[in-house]
Amino acid sequence: MKIVKLPKENLAKFVSSLSSFGQIHAPVKRGEKSLAFGPVSDFAQIQLNYTRTILPLKKYFFKPIDTMFNFSAEKGYELPMEEPEQRNVFFGVHPCDIHGLKILDLVFSGRYVDNYYFARRNNAAIIGLDCIPDEFCFCRSTGTDFVDSGFDLFLSDIDESYLVRVGTSLGDDMVKATESLFRDIEKQDREKYKGKSIEKRESFQIQIQLQDLPGIMDLEYDSPIWEELGQDCLSCGTCSMVCPTCYCYAVFDELDLDASSGRRMRRWDSCLFKDYALVAGGHNFRAERSSRVKNRFFHKQRGFVSQYGRPSCVGCGRCKAYCPAGIDIVEVINKLRSEIRV
Amino acid sequence: MSNHRNATSLENPYLPNPARIIRTLPQIPDHQLFQIRFEKEEIAESFRHKPGQFVMLSVVGTGEAPFSISSSPTRPGNIELCVRRIGHVTDALFKLPPNALVGIRGPYGNGFPVEKMEGNSLLLIAGGLGMAPLRSLLWYALDNRAKFKNVTLMYGAKNPDDMLFKYELLNLIDRADVKCLLTIDKKDESEIWKAHVGVVTTLFDHVEIDPNDTYAAICGPEIMFKFVLDKLLQRNFPKDRILMSLERNMQCGVGKCGHCMVGYKYTCLDGPIFTYWDAINLPEMI
Ligand SMILES: Cc1cc2nc3c(=O)[nH]c(=O)nc-3n(C[C@H](O)[C@H](O)[C@H](O)COP(=O)(O)OP(=O)(O)OC[C@H]3O[C@@H](n4cnc5c(N)ncnc54)[C@H](O)[C@@H]3O)c2cc1C
Ligand code: SF4
Ligand code: SF4
Ligand code: FES
Repeated sequence: MKIVKLPKENLAKFVSSLSSFGQIHAPVKRGEKSLAFGPVSDFAQIQLNYTRTILPLKKYFFKPIDTMFNFSAEKGYELPMEEPEQRNVFFGVHPCDIHGLKILDLVFSGRYVDNYYFARRNNAAIIGLDCIPDEFCFCRSTGTDFVDSGFDLFLSDIDESYLVRVGTSLGDDMVKATESLFRDIEKQDREKYKGKSIEKRESFQIQIQLQDLPGIMDLEYDSPIWEELGQDCLSCGTCSMVCPTCYCYAVFDELDLDASSGRRMRRWDSCLFKDYALVAGGHNFRAERSSRVKNRFFHKQRGFVSQYGRPSCVGCGRCKAYCPAGIDIVEVINKLRSEIRV
Repeated sequence: MSNHRNATSLENPYLPNPARIIRTLPQIPDHQLFQIRFEKEEIAESFRHKPGQFVMLSVVGTGEAPFSISSSPTRPGNIELCVRRIGHVTDALFKLPPNALVGIRGPYGNGFPVEKMEGNSLLLIAGGLGMAPLRSLLWYALDNRAKFKNVTLMYGAKNPDDMLFKYELLNLIDRADVKCLLTIDKKDESEIWKAHVGVVTTLFDHVEIDPNDTYAAICGPEIMFKFVLDKLLQRNFPKDRILMSLERNMQCGVGKCGHCMVGYKYTCLDGPIFTYWDAINLPEMI
């Protein structure tokens, strides 16, 4: 992989130059403490040292609510007008979120391709940025603290500069467009990078073992833990909304006032919602809250492994950070493993 | 193309194809058989399915729901859906005028493993609306009669007025190449019912089955499953020769929306037909 160096004093210039590749989106402040990916016009808005945005990048590709078709009594179902092709450049995407997108790619591709997702995804350039974990992060345990693909460029802080890995030919074009801002890497840069890598490793406050978790989940299918979690969970669905790899959606038709035309829509759904597994006639396959919480953990750590060959949790810590009931995925896993340490 | 950009497909798998309801045949109260033909001749001609597969049917302005294809692939051209009126989509479907336009996409799901079943005997066990998907398999077997050993159907309904495809099935009783056992739960004094009386499991007393060269296909209400499974297991039916069709909430039919997840599988892609062995290994299946 081509690797170059960007001195920090050149970053602002470089980021500004990216606007010729599309609208720049980066982590910006939303209110006092919160952060969100949003469009930026000024480099100074970008929060370089952020840990996590509330919503992951999925909101751009798999929208919280989206029109699938327009329909009318005469014409049936038709694709909505093509969105004007907007190219976007996402700057400052952390490794866990890049892994999150790669997992959504798996889900939305395959035998049936979801064009709504890929049309937008294919117009997106991803510029990754390394980060320092906080008390919620466990991406080292999920093996998602490092990415070797899924980005056009990836920036790692090596004190006075960024080490820049060039992942795609588009990324190379971005570097070439402002070539004078970049330098070749030297021996001390390589050593710095390796030193930073150790520093990052040592700053993880959470370490859990996930490799053999699918087997343990099967063993603990009837564990009383699920019942306890069911008592605490509010079925609010926050964990699904903020999760970079939760992809469930509900489909509904919306009728115009003329009652003969309208839109087929889809919106984010959550397996924690009470009616998620309800079928006509009133039977609910997961009527109990405990069974719904269990389903979320099972699907992330067990079901997804047999469907797609890997667990779907990327250790971003969002569900843990934002659950109003304080349900903590790490604690749940430790309990299942009988590894509770206080 | 760079590594994290994927090809979009030319086809939108969610787009319903326009189709017309060319005939409705009332069955029993709140159940109708809809004969449907795609508007585009080339789709109507080329549409092929396997028994046990389903389609997603859209009623414009109301929504979309999954329905098993009730007709056999041996009789292509139109597809038939046997629908129970139970909620908002089905209600709207029943209210459509003759020749109305609907949307159909599919076929989806794995269907019955008919290639594997060939050369064996078939035991089809249906209860209630479970006859809808099994009718497709039944006619597939009868139209390919030489490919199967014995073909037996056991179908139970509450009373004769609740029996789907009643006349079609009554006609089979006289055929020598199929054993058609129909039963009703209880007989009313006034009724002229000549077939069996009793729950569907009582029909097992009337058949000789070799579990090692037979595939059993069960479709029906949950409680029927349990009793029928007991009977089959008592007869040492291998667990992977027992096939069942599962019903789950489905909103996409193509493995994206997540709703049909059961244990580690999507009912819409990996099912809706599962073996009993799958069922034992998938939590929350039955
Ligand atoms: C593989 C498969 C095959 C089926 N075959 C048949 C058939 O041949 N004949 C028949 O009458 N019915 C069949 N069903 C059941 C049928 O799909 C439901 O009766 C139908 O969805 C009811 O929709 P509704 O809007 O009228 O009911 P409502 O109660 O108004 O709506 C039910 C809600 O649940 C959702 N839903 C999604 N999947 C299902 C489901 N499986 N069952 C119930 N609700 C669901 C609907 O989208 C809707 O939001 C089948 C279901 C599956 C999964
Ligand atoms: S965020 Fe917490 S309370 Fe809300 S549904 Fe998820 S686990 Fe339950
Ligand atoms: S399950 Fe929780 S920690 Fe894992 S990826 Fe989803 S939000 Fe992040
Ligand atoms: S119906 Fe949507 S995933 Fe199966």
